[in-house]
Amino acid sequence: MHFFSPVLWQFLVKWLTEFALFPPQASAIAPYMDAFYFFLLLISLVGLVLVGLMVGTFSIMFRKEKNPQATHIEGSTLLEATWTIIPLALFMVCFVWGALLYFRIYNPPTNAMNIYIVGKQWMWKAEHPGGQHEINALHIPVGRNVQLTMISQDVFHSFSIPAFRVKREVIPGRYSTVWFRATQPGTYHLFCTQYCGTLHSSMIGDIVAMSPDDYEKWTAGSTSGQSLAQNGERLYASLGCNSCHSGTAGARGPNLAGIYRSKVTLEGGRTVTADDEFLRGSILNPTTHAMAGYAPIMPTYQGQVSEEGLIALVEYIKGLNNNDRIHQTLNDSNFSPSQAGATGAAPNYRSRQLTGADQMPDAKPDTSSSKGMGPSPQ
Amino acid sequence: MSTIVRLPNQQDATLPKRSYLNSEYGLKSWLLTGDHKRIAILYLISITFFFFLGGAFAGLIRLELLTPMPDLVSSDTYNKLFSAHGIIMVFLFLVPSVPATVGNFVLPIMVGARDLAFPKVNLLSWYLYMVAGIVILSSLILGGVDTGWTFTTPLSTHYLNTHVITAAMGVFIAGFSSIFTGLNFIVTTHRMRAPGMTWFRLPLFVWSHYAASILMVLGTPVLAITLVLVALERAFGIGVFDPTKGGDPLLFQHLFWFYSHPAVYIMILPGMGVISEVISTFSRKRVFGYTAVAFSSVAIAVFGFFVWAHHMFIMGVSNYSALVFSLLTMLVAVPSAIKIFNWAATLYKGSITFETPMLYAFGFMGLFTIGGLTGVFLGSLGMDIHLTETYFIVAHFHFVMVGGMLMAYLAGVHFWWPKMTGRMYPEGLSKLAAVTTFIGFILTFFPQFVLGYLGMPRRYHAYPPEFQVLNVLSTAGATVLGIGYLLPMIYMTWSLKYGAIAGSNPWQATGLEWQIQSPPPTENFIETPIVDYEAYDYDWLANKTPHEVTTVG
Repeated sequence: MHFFSPVLWQFLVKWLTEFALFPPQASAIAPYMDAFYFFLLLISLVGLVLVGLMVGTFSIMFRKEKNPQATHIEGSTLLEATWTIIPLALFMVCFVWGALLYFRIYNPPTNAMNIYIVGKQWMWKAEHPGGQHEINALHIPVGRNVQLTMISQDVFHSFSIPAFRVKREVIPGRYSTVWFRATQPGTYHLFCTQYCGTLHSSMIGDIVAMSPDDYEKWTAGSTSGQSLAQNGERLYASLGCNSCHSGTAGARGPNLAGIYRSKVTLEGGRTVTADDEFLRGSILNPTTHAMAGYAPIMPTYQGQVSEEGLIALVEYIKGLNNNDRIHQTLNDSNFSPSQAGATGAAPNYRSRQLTGADQMPDAKPDTSSSKGMGPSPQ
Repeated sequence: MSTIVRLPNQQDATLPKRSYLNSEYGLKSWLLTGDHKRIAILYLISITFFFFLGGAFAGLIRLELLTPMPDLVSSDTYNKLFSAHGIIMVFLFLVPSVPATVGNFVLPIMVGARDLAFPKVNLLSWYLYMVAGIVILSSLILGGVDTGWTFTTPLSTHYLNTHVITAAMGVFIAGFSSIFTGLNFIVTTHRMRAPGMTWFRLPLFVWSHYAASILMVLGTPVLAITLVLVALERAFGIGVFDPTKGGDPLLFQHLFWFYSHPAVYIMILPGMGVISEVISTFSRKRVFGYTAVAFSSVAIAVFGFFVWAHHMFIMGVSNYSALVFSLLTMLVAVPSAIKIFNWAATLYKGSITFETPMLYAFGFMGLFTIGGLTGVFLGSLGMDIHLTETYFIVAHFHFVMVGGMLMAYLAGVHFWWPKMTGRMYPEGLSKLAAVTTFIGFILTFFPQFVLGYLGMPRRYHAYPPEFQVLNVLSTAGATVLGIGYLLPMIYMTWSLKYGAIAGSNPWQATGLEWQIQSPPPTENFIETPIVDYEAYDYDWLANKTPHEVTTVG
């Protein structure tokens, strides 16, 4: 064949070697997704064969040559009820099965490690808690639950890993999350599946699933020297957050230690849970997130902190279990350890230790590290 | 009860001396006409133009996707191509396709009226359509638009420097054209039925157009509002969709799909009406379960309004609202299933012949069944996560819109062509076209289901090389499909002069439109018909034919 047309030959070889009907099954959820897919294929096949058989057989049996006289039939309630109820029942099975799968994919387990993703035209940026930055790539360990907290800094994007059967829209102005547990080490496609402008099809990357040992090596080898929370801490100081959120008795802003995942009461009496979304919103739109008991004097930081900066701040605040270090940065003369310690125990607190903060290299946390003692109110 | 079908002797048929085609001459008599039949012809010509334009863009897209590398056109051009393809095909072809051409032509005759309720509004609707077409064309000529047909914010409002407002204005105007058509159909169906033409004597074609018209009138204004908001946001930055100004980018998705999901039913319902007529006529038998088919159209129209958020399952709507929308989506699939089974059951004990419209109708049933069932995949929440925004979606809606609607449109155009022009299309060639279309379609879009499950995202200019084989198959199919669509245009133009003369009722169909001469006179009925028989009453037709005196003007 190849002497006839090399191109065609190449094409056929490619077909035979690379032809696939399913992407690799590389996550814990993938087998469940595929099982559901086969069920759906099966009912589709049954439905299609049924319609095909009806149309085919009747066309042959009742063609004009065979059956010159049509017999008029008004309809049949029984038959019509049958083909209303059976499809409905099958569709309900699909509904329940699909819903179970959906809730499983979109409700992250509590023990998942969190990685932040920022989408922008036309790249994916990943921020690991350990301070590793990645562009158009994501390294993850096999066998651990990984949650992605994602946001877009411009238009809608969508984070899709076909081999893991997960996908979620990445939206400007709000965090969305997705989680997975990789099962097979390997390199898989990462696609942006929401049309996002000129180079939409270049907004792709590699998901590198690694064995835990390799992952440890990778983490150690690619750290930028300071963790995400440390970046956040620097930013916290440079934006002057600590001048109000100092955690002291007379502070103008609420105490942030232990605030993450606690219930807070807003101005007007509404109670909300202080999640990632709430922390980010409080920085950008303080007036709509004003907490009861505090004067609404906080300026907005809209346009002054990039999404990565906000992520660093959120990560820092999430890990804040006492105000010691804030005081230290402030060099506050009123520092009282007992007071700071008293605020440390909030419900659902996620403990995390800050280390190595004394030698902060000048890795820029963000745009506003030169802003000094906070921006002027707008 | 039984009927022996007697086909009229076509050798004896002559063209009527006076018909709507030759009652007046000159361009002005066409451009200022109030006659629904002439307006239907104007629509037919204009939407055919836009269909082939949109098709040419599709051809370029498929050609680009022949290779994984972005080598035929630049990324910007590619994005403009699929945007233009989508905007033209959805708003300038699919939405008006059956209602504005076939519906405009036969709906008033089917109910026994001399014209639509508002002939001038009908003409205005065509002018609006043309203005919309010209505005959209000019946006393309000025440099194109690369938003995709969905105009997604904030991409469309803040991040593109193409002619978004122009294109949105075109779609806005096209929307009003569609509203006027819908309004006309609703009023005509309510007020202009001939004596004796009760609701349950209406052909199912009228029922499905009525249901689609309700969707047009209630849904399209929401699209208009959405596009105005996009334009205002883009021009003045009012911030409705902008999170930095307190707006909500998801709001756009809600508003857009609140129209654009019902729009799917605006497109498919008239096609279902065509299929009901064709299946009944070529089985010489009343549609099985007339009432069920009629009410399933209404059910689709009602449920169609409450499923829009199934386009947004992965966009961070709350899990519980996703649950509700998934459930409603499953419910809307049921009336479509009822229709398919009822059509198949209509064939039972019929006396079936296989003229071209029937072949297209069979094509519709097969492809629409696949399209509908893959819709269940996408309506199932968990499966949607993996499949949405991939080629699976592309394949699914092309099976419904092209495999379903376009097949129905071609069935309808072939079926009523003798009535519209008074001449037959060439039967052999048209059967070939129907089969070519079917094969080409399967070859083009079936591989895309596989591509979608493999994860190939839609709207991609370049793709990983392992997807090439399936893309090559798809492009090869598109070539066959293109031939399948070009053939009818050629032989139908040919038949205008050389086609056999059809006579008034070449198919021995029962609709009122088949009881008058072909082409019909301008006033449709010399005297108002009095309807004393049910729809699809082939016994009535058999008894009537021997005594019939065909008035040839």
